[in-house]
Amino acid sequence: MRTAIALAALLLVAAHPPSADASAPLSYDDARHLLNRTGFDATDAEIRSYVGMTREGAAKKLLAATRTQAATPPPSWTATPGPLRYPRGGDQATEADRKVFQQEQIREGLELRGWWIEEMITTPSPLTEHMTLFWHNHFVSSQQKVRFAELMYRQNVLLRANALGNFGVMLHAIARDPAMVIYLDSAQNRKGTPNENFAREVMELFTLGEGHYGEQDIKEAARAFTGWSLDRDSGTFRFRPFLHDYGQKSVLGRTGNLDGDDVLDILLARPETAEFVTRKLWREFVSPDPDEAEVKRMAARFRASGYDIKAALYAMLTSDSFYAPEDRGVLVKSPIDLVAGTLRQFDMRPGLPVPFAVASATMGQNLFSPPNVKGWPGGEAWINASTLLARKAFLNRMFRADDAVAPMQAGAKPVPMAAVPKQALAPNGAAETETERQLRFMQAMDRGLASVKFDREGWFARLGLPEGAPEDVRDRAQAATRLLLAVPPQTPHEPTDEPLTLVRRLVLDAAYQLK
Amino acid sequence: MEAGMKRRQFVRLISSASLLPLMPTLAFAAAPAGADYRHLLVLIELKGGNDGLNTLVPYGDATYYSLRPKLAIARDQVVQLSERVGLHPALAPLLPFWKKRELAVLQGVGYPDPNLSHFRSIEIWDTASKSDEYLQDGWLTRSFAAAPTPRSFAADGVIVGSPDLGPLGGGGTRAIALANTEQFLRQSRLAVSEGQSHNKALQHVLKVEADIVQAASELNADYSFNTTFPQGGFGNAIRCASQVIANHAGVAVVRVTLTGFDTHSGQLGTQARLLGELASGTVALASALEELGKWKDTLIVTYAEFGRRPKENLSNGTDHGTASVHFALGGRVAGGLYGEQPRLDRLSGDGNPAHAIDFRSIYATVLDRWWGVPSAGPLGGRFAALPIIRT
Repeated sequence: MRTAIALAALLLVAAHPPSADASAPLSYDDARHLLNRTGFDATDAEIRSYVGMTREGAAKKLLAATRTQAATPPPSWTATPGPLRYPRGGDQATEADRKVFQQEQIREGLELRGWWIEEMITTPSPLTEHMTLFWHNHFVSSQQKVRFAELMYRQNVLLRANALGNFGVMLHAIARDPAMVIYLDSAQNRKGTPNENFAREVMELFTLGEGHYGEQDIKEAARAFTGWSLDRDSGTFRFRPFLHDYGQKSVLGRTGNLDGDDVLDILLARPETAEFVTRKLWREFVSPDPDEAEVKRMAARFRASGYDIKAALYAMLTSDSFYAPEDRGVLVKSPIDLVAGTLRQFDMRPGLPVPFAVASATMGQNLFSPPNVKGWPGGEAWINASTLLARKAFLNRMFRADDAVAPMQAGAKPVPMAAVPKQALAPNGAAETETERQLRFMQAMDRGLASVKFDREGWFARLGLPEGAPEDVRDRAQAATRLLLAVPPQTPHEPTDEPLTLVRRLVLDAAYQLK
Repeated sequence: MEAGMKRRQFVRLISSASLLPLMPTLAFAAAPAGADYRHLLVLIELKGGNDGLNTLVPYGDATYYSLRPKLAIARDQVVQLSERVGLHPALAPLLPFWKKRELAVLQGVGYPDPNLSHFRSIEIWDTASKSDEYLQDGWLTRSFAAAPTPRSFAADGVIVGSPDLGPLGGGGTRAIALANTEQFLRQSRLAVSEGQSHNKALQHVLKVEADIVQAASELNADYSFNTTFPQGGFGNAIRCASQVIANHAGVAVVRVTLTGFDTHSGQLGTQARLLGELASGTVALASALEELGKWKDTLIVTYAEFGRRPKENLSNGTDHGTASVHFALGGRVAGGLYGEQPRLDRLSGDGNPAHAIDFRSIYATVLDRWWGVPSAGPLGGRFAALPIIRT
């Protein structure tokens, strides 16, 4: 059996050699690699539309299709910006009022997660969402601390608008972003009692990276950001001059009456910033081990372009390193990659997106709530015994034999997006404990996963077979394998012509966890 | 009783006999001399931040009663341990352990520059980091990397009833999270133990699958205890933990979680219920360990992200605080009071006490004294072990 697999793998490689030749047109595997690394797992048809293009042509096409706004309508409560809703009674709020407020934020947060994952699943430009998520994990804020779902939404809009724009513009904007102002305690940063949180993280995590600044730089920079605050009612940025320190400061060798924008410009002027961001892009798109010479080359281009993010990506996505055969399938899919990718690749569209965001959270990636200011560590850290079983249980749920054949209930109305979390979160009588409520919520989410159906016959019918191949079992298996897996399957099986059996084997194979 | 005794002796005989062939000297080759993971650690997380002052009540301190006009536990309710402090009445079932000197009460456990966020503070505890330091791996993850458990173990650690791996988080440990053993065994059928790869990421996925398969092959769900486990979520977790501990292959650590301690309002009823669950669960666990012949080889330790503010709030509750009391118990624990009760007359600007015991000293005790693993490396510094283990 092992020999058969090894042979099949050999045939696959022989049929679609990854090209190291920059001028060669993209093969099926090249196109698959490009689309799956830059977006979420692509369909067979999407991949075919890139086969035969040049690297340059393919990168240009992807970058030209990017967006600055989501196509999915956001939850209705985002329509009227501000004033922010606080617990009734403000500082004198009773515990019951605070609970009501908290439940409301949890529910809105869930709707927000559902909205974003729906955008990921349906967007015509997966690269846009991939980059928005990348910046969410770079300029980290978490609803766990920010609490206001509305501010998390506004930050997400900001990140998307700049996701493939200008890094410098985005940095200046994020420093004023209300969610960030709360998350990194800028609102507590006042003349005389500086809070260094933002100043430290902006250097360590947003621009220079560790080792390229001193503690004194942080102290002085914190003073420059004093008074960068928030209007509590509207939830918008507000500079409070009477809280600002107008004294002289020195940051990285530049001295003067510096304000926050001056400090950000000082950071942007340093070559380390371009290198730090490029290295992070490399880990996201190319491999876990950045090639320092290549990083320096691409970072120089990034900086010379005035921090045009598209310029950096273009350099990366047309490089030999990106297409290097040895770096295929060396990245671990994030939970979002797995969930959104699976739905896209199999043409599955949930009637109700929230349970899919919750599924991702169960696997360790709760959108809008990264674990700390450093974000999700990613890579191998995504996979432990708990998260791997959660991934497999999800895939098992998606491709369960009984669900896949059950036709949609005639006359069943699609449930409005917000309905499930609202019902599932509402207290069910006083006797219900917190644990019971959570259990009921998770059961509702699990039922929600059943809102998608896998049209296996249709999916197989659309799956292109290798050129000129007679349609027998092996070719179907081969076509599905090369679409679904970046590296050969690890668990050997006898050939099968039963679509669901074949798909289940492939998605439950260890290789499916990689991109 | 008679049957119980016989069963206990039988189990002891079986487990010691069956351990022999599984303990080749090679299995410990990578560990420092003396590392002994046959000593089991059970961690009980009091999630939400348990109120230490009403857990170990300073009934002799008038300041306590003035800070807590509504929430204070009356002197005559307290289960007195000394002329100054005593346990919350719901913890009375733990008194026999105290009398046998198997219960160590660790007062004022915390860390410098405390953080009052649940998420951040539990991360500090889980990774044993400094207050302003972000570490990826849990303290047990780093410990097991420095001194691996025997390959034959079912797992390094099992996390019961919570998806987050806490002190076993990060890379490299054989950590299994399960809600109940039956479900884990069912789900684990989706995992296969196949293959090797030069691709590092793939190798990692395959290794984790193999860990799941190994744990599933060693764990079972059908050990029949004479112990009666309490009803409810925590009782079920204790039952599940006992099933895990009953496996013959071994596991170094089991973590169970009791949640709901974030008592900003209506604290009296909630905390009494939770401490009651803690006490009855602990008593059941101790009984199950006795049945398995493992009471002498088990150290049970509680922990939480923080304690609560000494001054009660206006909602009959308490807000996020800092240092708190924790318990260590087991057949070889040297019972007694350790550390110092928080000085209520010397609170910080935000109304919280300083700590007396750094939580990393408890970890150092586990590593140095319980397992024989040098703690300075995994803990990133030297912390004095507490003299709570009888040798």
